[in-house]
Amino acid sequence: MAAVTETNHALKLTGRYALLVAVALIFVLPILFMVVSSLKPDRQLLSDTSSFAAFLPVGDISVGNYFAAFDRAPVGLFIFNSVFITVVTVVISLFLCSLAAFAFAYLEFRGKNIVLSVIIATLIIPFETIAIPMLMVVNSLPWIGAEGLQWGWLNTYHVQIVPFLADALTIFLFVQYFKDLPKELIEAARLDGATWFEVYRLVIVPIAGPVFATAAILKFLIMYNQYLWPLMVTQSEQFRPVMVGLQYFFQLNTAWGEVMAYLSMITIPVLVFYLVLQRAFIASIASTGIKG
Amino acid sequence: MKPIRTAASALAIALAVPGTAFAQTELSLWYHGAGNDVERSILVGIIEDFNASQDDWAVVLEEFPQAAYNDSVVAAAVSGNLPDIIDVDGPVMPNWAWAGYMQPLQLSEGALDGFLPGAIGEYNGEVYSVGLWDAAVAMYARRSTLEEHGIRIPTLDAPWTRDEFDDILETLQASGEFEYALDLGMADQGEWYPYAFAPFLWSFGGGIVDRETYQTAEGVLNGDEAIAFGEWWQSLFDRELVPGTSQDMADREIGFIEGDYALQWNGNWFGIRTLEAVGDDLLFLPAPDFGNGPKIGGASWQFGVSSTSEHPEGASAFIEFAIQDEYLAAFSDGIGLIPATAEAAAMTENYSEGGPLEVFFGLSEAQAMLRPVTPGYVFQALEFRKALSDIANGADVIDTLDAATDAINDDIERNNGYATAQ
Repeated sequence: MAAVTETNHALKLTGRYALLVAVALIFVLPILFMVVSSLKPDRQLLSDTSSFAAFLPVGDISVGNYFAAFDRAPVGLFIFNSVFITVVTVVISLFLCSLAAFAFAYLEFRGKNIVLSVIIATLIIPFETIAIPMLMVVNSLPWIGAEGLQWGWLNTYHVQIVPFLADALTIFLFVQYFKDLPKELIEAARLDGATWFEVYRLVIVPIAGPVFATAAILKFLIMYNQYLWPLMVTQSEQFRPVMVGLQYFFQLNTAWGEVMAYLSMITIPVLVFYLVLQRAFIASIASTGIKG
Repeated sequence: MKPIRTAASALAIALAVPGTAFAQTELSLWYHGAGNDVERSILVGIIEDFNASQDDWAVVLEEFPQAAYNDSVVAAAVSGNLPDIIDVDGPVMPNWAWAGYMQPLQLSEGALDGFLPGAIGEYNGEVYSVGLWDAAVAMYARRSTLEEHGIRIPTLDAPWTRDEFDDILETLQASGEFEYALDLGMADQGEWYPYAFAPFLWSFGGGIVDRETYQTAEGVLNGDEAIAFGEWWQSLFDRELVPGTSQDMADREIGFIEGDYALQWNGNWFGIRTLEAVGDDLLFLPAPDFGNGPKIGGASWQFGVSSTSEHPEGASAFIEFAIQDEYLAAFSDGIGLIPATAEAAAMTENYSEGGPLEVFFGLSEAQAMLRPVTPGYVFQALEFRKALSDIANGADVIDTLDAATDAINDDIERNNGYATAQ
């Protein structure tokens, strides 16, 4: 009887692992294809797509596509631009949105629910519908920089950062998380004489690691993958991010190996950011000790 | 006294140095070739030559990737930041001229003499743009394949007829040697569809829109000739002679080279690459004649002057400088496209007499037809593409062409007939 149970258990375990491996392969294979293809010449890359060889580093393997990608486009500049724009936006956005959410979650003021409803309602407006009006607005705004007062924000970093510093999704995520935190923590801090900002900084932020990590990952992906807006506001190569840069590789005769090499390179910052935040995410859960 | 002396010295130095750069007025030029080193080096060479050839103007280049170029220009037009000189895809030019993004060129009399018609962008009786090259499409084939199956090699004067072409496709498919008898390039679902396939419709006697008035597609896109085209088009897929809309881009790029497809309908920009792989056995054949003469599409990228340019005379001067034969030849040698004049063709490696792509110049000269020269083409191209895709996938031919006709007519009506603002 015990042997039958053990066999059943082993079968279930095998089935479960088989399923997990199958699911993992669905996610891993495209990345494997991208990296492996980046090492192959075009002709072989295209021929291999009809077989499993597409996922194997076989044949004429080299890093030539990577050198060619650097020759074709300023890859380093594009990656720097994207990382800079994304990191600055994420950092400032987390601060602003969490502060706004803190106010919505804990402070009482007239019209709070209406304002929050309006902000959340903006989630249903596609960016494409407001892109042109936004372009016209930023094109006529002043900016004081190193060269003094200038009108129009086109061809700058800040035109790719400022419009995205606050967004409904991030505020909504924070509000939902803050509302579920124990009210007793805030009340105790207030009784101890903490100001509202001190409550935010010393009580809420330390225990809100998971939502900060989640919001950061989501915001990072959105910003790093920006295409339409940078396309509209950067007429100078100096400020273009990676997704606009990707278009440099699509010519009449597309060099697919270089495309894959470029994609492999621009994926690295995303993976690094995700891995770093994944640790923070787990650590924050382990350290808070909060029980619902 | 000292400031006056300093100013006088500066003026004296400026006058003493002939052709100094600061005397030149800057002209901005936007180009769609970012990522293409060859195009860049040739264009930069032309700009340097132009800037050094006179003292009035200095052209400054800003490059954009092709796939993002049109959107960038439209965004710049909205925000009032157009450059002086833009390049524009031939069939899009009327839309940009109509929308007020461009102004007519100020070229010298005879500057365009001898140019291929496809390289001249004319709208409302005025020249708005001019190209340094044109593109052409041909039927790629292997001489050995045709000879093995007893198929006549067509010429410009005696292209394949519709019945002959159908028989050839059936013969090649029945041989069992090929996955498909013909590769049309269905994987490339962009401008390729109207550029490459509208000529079949024209050869049948139909059209995307009435070319007399550009005010309706009625009777043109859904007339008897267009329906005959649609039925023939659908039969290609029903008879499994060509890959369908789900064709993989990889198959498109290597299918003919590897012998999976017997024939391929493809552009001259793939010519050199295919020649390298296939060798002397490769033939570039003219389009079949479906009843109203063989046709191919014309017009590629061209240079024009933006409507907001404060120096249209300088912008036009640069364009006139750039269309010299030596530059047309340089571009052709660099990127493989057809030089816009016969004189320039004679100076090239590929299009001169006996050159491997010489036939394309003849094709362009003899068969090229412009896509509808109307601002509405941008919309019409999308409808045409959708209709061809739907018919290929089994949609009713008459219903689909009627729907496309209605959509195009509605668009023309919505835009007041695309009348030019007075």
